[in-house]
Amino acid sequence: MTFKRVAAASVAALMVASPVMADLVFPSLSYRTGPFAAGGIPYADGFADYMTLLNERDGGIGGVAVSTPECETAYNTEKGVECYEATKGEGALAYNPLSTGITYQLIPKATADDIPLYTPGYGRTSAANGNVFSHVFNFPANYWNGASAAINHVLDLNGGDLKGKKIVLLHFNGAYGKEPIPTLTKLGEKHGYDLTTIPIDYPGQEQKAQWLQIRREKPDYVLFWGWGVMNQVAIQEAANIRYPMDQFIGVWWSGAEHDVKPAGEKATGYKAMTFHGVGSDYPVFGDLQKYVVDAGKAAGDGSNVGTVIYNRGVYAAMMLAEAAKNAQEIHGVKDITSAQMRDGLEQLEITNARMAELGMEGFGPEFKVSCANHGGPGAIAIQQWDGAAGKWSLITDFSGSDMDVIQPLIDADSAAYAAENKIDPQCN
Amino acid sequence: MFYREAGDFKTSYRDDNQTFPIRLDRAGYWIVLFVAFCVIPFFVNDYWVNSIFAPFFIYAIAALGLNILTGYAGQVSLGTGGFMAVGAYSVYKLMVAFPDINIVFHVLIAGGITAAVGVAFGLPSLRIKGFYLAVATLAAQFFLVWLFNKVAWFYNYSASGQINAPERSVLGVVVTGPNTEAWAKYMICLVFLVVLAWVARNLTRGMTGRKWMGIRDMDIAAEIIGVNPLMAKMSAFAVSSFFVGVAGALFFAVYLGAAEAGESFGITKSFLVLFMIIIGGLGSIFGSFAGAAFMVLMPVILKNLLVGTMGWPTEIAAELEFIIVGGLIVIFLILEPHGLAQLWRLTKEKLRLWPFPH
Repeated sequence: MTFKRVAAASVAALMVASPVMADLVFPSLSYRTGPFAAGGIPYADGFADYMTLLNERDGGIGGVAVSTPECETAYNTEKGVECYEATKGEGALAYNPLSTGITYQLIPKATADDIPLYTPGYGRTSAANGNVFSHVFNFPANYWNGASAAINHVLDLNGGDLKGKKIVLLHFNGAYGKEPIPTLTKLGEKHGYDLTTIPIDYPGQEQKAQWLQIRREKPDYVLFWGWGVMNQVAIQEAANIRYPMDQFIGVWWSGAEHDVKPAGEKATGYKAMTFHGVGSDYPVFGDLQKYVVDAGKAAGDGSNVGTVIYNRGVYAAMMLAEAAKNAQEIHGVKDITSAQMRDGLEQLEITNARMAELGMEGFGPEFKVSCANHGGPGAIAIQQWDGAAGKWSLITDFSGSDMDVIQPLIDADSAAYAAENKIDPQCN
Repeated sequence: MFYREAGDFKTSYRDDNQTFPIRLDRAGYWIVLFVAFCVIPFFVNDYWVNSIFAPFFIYAIAALGLNILTGYAGQVSLGTGGFMAVGAYSVYKLMVAFPDINIVFHVLIAGGITAAVGVAFGLPSLRIKGFYLAVATLAAQFFLVWLFNKVAWFYNYSASGQINAPERSVLGVVVTGPNTEAWAKYMICLVFLVVLAWVARNLTRGMTGRKWMGIRDMDIAAEIIGVNPLMAKMSAFAVSSFFVGVAGALFFAVYLGAAEAGESFGITKSFLVLFMIIIGGLGSIFGSFAGAAFMVLMPVILKNLLVGTMGWPTEIAAELEFIIVGGLIVIFLILEPHGLAQLWRLTKEKLRLWPFPH
């Protein structure tokens, strides 16, 4: 930090008082620019607003104020590394970079620096194996849960038989989009469907070729792993070729209001997975409106409160805040370190009673993290878009995924990582 | 007053041909080397190495490589990102396959593999020139990135297509992986940069470099006076790709530690390195350094200034960075089309005459 300021000052020859450092620091490696900003902005706003709410309403976590210094990554791994190095000196307790590529980058670095990474619903799926990935937490659900839940939904629609069905995985051609391929391939062997993967290169504003291929292959279902501007384009293209929307299922990063609205009424019926509730009918959003938005302290313009990605940012911030509170209780100190924060995450238990206290009853599942299981329950529901009403609604209950298929994949992938990096299992 | 040849007598051709004919320049060169090797390593921390020195050194190697091809031999290339990917994936496969061999050799072999790939993609340069060659190398860029995404063997069948650098050491000091000390990371990049820059300087002022420049200035005339265009162009592609491959290998193994072809080595990387040599100065070793420093440091300095010091919102600062860096590039190129190297050259000319300019 000092070095940073010296560098800046040597150019500008101006110096201002150093910002007041709060005690609990959760850096927000956000992206408010670039082709993925559509998702990055509401998430960063939700994350920051929930922490602001804790400061305003409760006086922080356990009486200690929280700060979320932001650093712009533009979803670029090099900038992500720069942001990590720039913020870790400020006493960062945990990182939540909202980018699978940056997460891969940070897993070894953060582990070496003893700072936990919290990657809810993204990042490296096999990090669910806490035995190998001691500092990475991806509860409550990961991509392989998502892939399996989507297939389970399709199985339900087809009376449990997918023999000879054609399923296309339309995905971002990067770490994030490639994650579900092993699971979908394995599930294909089990259920007898044909899997075709169609990649979309960054940033995905042009998808004519991909949709031409879909039109030619006439798949029974299209699963979609997209993000940012890619989502809007894909849904628009699907509408253009009149692909039946109720056979088009996105992952939770491809199912926000701003993704479907550009296609208008034609997007009605589009489905997406989710690992938390939809809408703003939870007391916590009333508090956010009252203490943060109306008080003029919101990170954004306040228009995103209650939208899908904003809610997810709130949910992630809530988990980190609960873990920090947990860490304070375990270690009996208010001013926790990143190592203590890791313990707080590892021994976190979310109960329905606690969720109700937080004003988020029924928003997410109840679960308990353990040393070996950093992945949570993986309970996933399907939401569907209603273009006329302009809102998402859940059409299934939250249910688990096919762990018989996923667990061996997690074990194999994490074992390969452990062997490559000579990691001993941390749990006995 | 001190910056002049007067009084600095040379009694041999060797002295007369040295890189820094002026005593002050020579002193400055040794002081810079001394500070870089013996002072900075004791003070660097993770932030300085990961945000400034490592990317600066590695991009400087890549810029040197591209400058040899484009600046000295006159062959336009838009395939730098793809060639860096070849270096990165080669070093990954080598590191994983032969864990007992020193990483330095892996990096050098990765450079060699990239040189072979570069020569293969350089073959069209015998037939086509200028923009047409640029399009051919653009094809190399897209083909190579596609290849590393498509063929799972290159990333050892990992679930996400990412490659991760395992921990390797040089003389018992860990230089790759998360446990690398800041100074070790700094030193390995610095050693590669200094050695390669020394090689580049001596290649370009010798016969090889003169052949390249002959081909660049007028290939028919060069051929008439006895330069073999095949050898000259292929050697330029080979040497350039070797440099770029080493840069790619260090970029992945030492600097980032994890990479994926599309994100880390996309077309933007090719343009970034091309901008570096255009801003720094085509056909200049100093220009490669200056261009790399400009493109790496400007965004970091601006960000620290706008966000860190002035407390602006991150997104406004990020957009402004683009505007300011873009504006500076335009201004520089209008004021001095030959880049920062020419500005430096003019400054030196003026200094030689100072304080009595005729």
